[in-house]
Amino acid sequence: MAEKSALARFADVATGRGLPLLRRVLAGAQRAADEVTERLLGSDFEERFRVLADRYEQLGGDPFGFNPEAVRAAALASAFFHRAYFRTDVYDVDRVPAGRVILVANHSGQIPIDAAIIGCSLFFDANPPRITRAMVDKWAATLPFVSTFFSRMGQVVGLPENARRLLNMGELLLVFPEGVRGVSKPFEERYQLQEFGRGFMRLALETKTPIVPVAVVGAEEQYLSFGRVSWAARAFGLPVFPLVPQLLLPGGQLPLPTKYRLFFGEPLYFEGDPDDAAGVADKVFLVREAVAHILRRGLAQRRSIFL
Amino acid sequence: MTQPPPTPFVADDGAVVITGICGRLGRRLARKLHRQSRVIGIDRRSFPDRPADVEHHELDLRSARVRDIFRDGVRALVHLGVVHDPRGDSAEHHASNVAGLQKLLEYVEYFGIPKVVLLSSANVYGPRPDNPQFLSEDAPLLGAGPFSRIRDLVELDMCAQSFFLRLPAVKTVILRPTHILGTVRNAPSNYLRLSVVPTLLGFDPMLQAVHQDDVVRAIMLALAPTARGIYNIAGPPPVPLSRVIELLERQTVGVPHTVARLGVERLFRWRVTSFPAPELDFIRYVCMIDDSRARRDLGYAPTHGLVATLCAVDEERWLG
Repeated sequence: MAEKSALARFADVATGRGLPLLRRVLAGAQRAADEVTERLLGSDFEERFRVLADRYEQLGGDPFGFNPEAVRAAALASAFFHRAYFRTDVYDVDRVPAGRVILVANHSGQIPIDAAIIGCSLFFDANPPRITRAMVDKWAATLPFVSTFFSRMGQVVGLPENARRLLNMGELLLVFPEGVRGVSKPFEERYQLQEFGRGFMRLALETKTPIVPVAVVGAEEQYLSFGRVSWAARAFGLPVFPLVPQLLLPGGQLPLPTKYRLFFGEPLYFEGDPDDAAGVADKVFLVREAVAHILRRGLAQRRSIFL
Repeated sequence: MTQPPPTPFVADDGAVVITGICGRLGRRLARKLHRQSRVIGIDRRSFPDRPADVEHHELDLRSARVRDIFRDGVRALVHLGVVHDPRGDSAEHHASNVAGLQKLLEYVEYFGIPKVVLLSSANVYGPRPDNPQFLSEDAPLLGAGPFSRIRDLVELDMCAQSFFLRLPAVKTVILRPTHILGTVRNAPSNYLRLSVVPTLLGFDPMLQAVHQDDVVRAIMLALAPTARGIYNIAGPPPVPLSRVIELLERQTVGVPHTVARLGVERLFRWRVTSFPAPELDFIRYVCMIDDSRARRDLGYAPTHGLVATLCAVDEERWLG
C-alpha cells in the first residue's frame, strides 16, 4: 500500500509540476527556435518562397527537376551559413537585370560553397527573389544523393544544350569559367584568376544574354589547400584531390568562418558572331578583366579576413 | 488535352502492312487503322480476335512468301516486328531482327512502296550521366554501349536511316518514342506494375513516358503521305521517378546501386527476373528526348495527361 501511495504521489508530482514545467521549457525552446528561424530566414521568407513557387507553377513544372519545396527544406541550413556563419555582405545585387542573364564569378574554396552563397544572396537579398541555376560537373551526376540534391535545388549538368534551354526559359545562369582550375587553387594562388573557358560567351552571343560579373571575396580562405595530388585524384576517380590538412583536425571539416563579400558588377551586353573564335576570346578577356577589377576593389576594401 | 486530335490524312487506296501486328501495340494500331485503310498483318503469332477485314499472315519475316504480300496494292509498311526477349538466344534475335528488316526494305524498294514507318525507341540514345536533359534527333545513338540488347535496336535504326538517306523518294519515318506505358509488355510498364517498386538509393532521375495510344496516333500521323524524317515522341512533361511512384500509389524500396546491380545479375541468371542488370541505368541517369520536331512537322501532341499515362499500366491488369 505504501509503495502504491508513493508511486501515486510521484505521479501527482509528475503531472502537477513536472509536466507544466516541461511544457514551459518546450514552449520556450519553440519560441527561441522560431525567433532564430525568423532572424535567419527573414520575415518575408514566405512571400519570397511564393514568388518562386508561382513562377514554376506557371511554367508547368521545371523540366530539370527543380522543386521549390526542396528550397524550403534547405532554406534554414543555407540561411544559417549565409547570414550567421559567413555573415555575407552583398553589394549591388540589384544590378542583376530581370529575365535571362549569365552571372560570371571567380571560383574558389575547394568545395563550391561560393555557388551556394551566390544562390542564397539571389534568393534572400534580391528583389524579386531568383533561383540560381549553376552548371555542375557531370561527375556529380554519377553520385547518389548528390545528383538528386543538385537536381532538386535547380542545378543542372554543365552542357551547352542545357544552358541554352535554361536561358530560353528566362532563367538566371551562374557560370564559373575557371572551372576546376579555379575551385582547387592552392592557398598561395588565392585571388589569382585562372584561365577562363569560352563556352559561356558563345552562349551569351547566341542567345543575346547580358553578362553580370561577380566577385566573391572570402571563399579563398575557407579551406587552406597546400597543393593538388594528381595520383590520388586518379586513384579515387575524383576530378581533383586537394591537400587540405585542416580536414584532419577535429571540427576542421567545416570551412573556416571567413566573412564573405559578394560584389555584383554592371551588366555587360555583347554582340557578335558566336563562331568567330578570336572575337569570342577578346570578349571573354573583357569579362575576365571586369571580374578581376571588382575582385581587386573588393580585396582592397577588406580590413580583415574574418570580420 | 481537351482539343480533338488532328485526324491524319489516310487515302483509302492501298493497304498498310503491319509487321508484329499481334503485339499489344500492333493490335491497337490495327483496330484504329482498319476503319480507314486496308490492313495486312504479318506475325509469327496468331491474331485470334482480329477484325474481320484485317488480313493476317502467320509468317516469319524472313520467309520468301512475305515478298508476295508486297506485290500489289500496298501503300505503306509499318514495322513493329522487332523482337525483344532478354531470355532468348541473342544471335538468333539479331539475325531475325536485322535480316528481317533488310528483306522488308528490299521489297519496299523493289515494288516502289512510297511509305515506311519504323518504330524505334528513345532507348537508342541510352541513359548517361552526361546526357543533355533533352536529347534531339541528332544526338548520337550511344545506347548500345552497356546494353547488348539495345544493339539490335540501334542497328535497326541505323538500317532505316541509311535507307532513308539512300532513297529520298520513299517517305521513311523513324519514330523514337520514350518509355511507352500501357497494357504493353515492355520493361518500363512491367517495372511500374510491380507491387513494390525498387529504386536506386539516392538516385531520382527525371523521367518521361508516353501513353500507348499516343504512340498509335503518332504512327497514324507518320503515315501521312508527306511525312518524312526521324522524330522523337514524348508524352506529358517529365517528372521525377519518385513522383511517378507516388502517383501510382506503389510502395517503394531504395537499394544501393552496387547491391542492386549484383542482385539483379544473380536474379536474372536464376531466371527470377527478366530485367537485365545494365538496364538499371534507366532509373539512374536521364534519357529524355525533345519532341518539338514531331510537334512541329507531324502535328503530334500527346492527348493523355501524366496521370492517365501512368495509370494505363494498370488497365487489364486482372484480365490476364
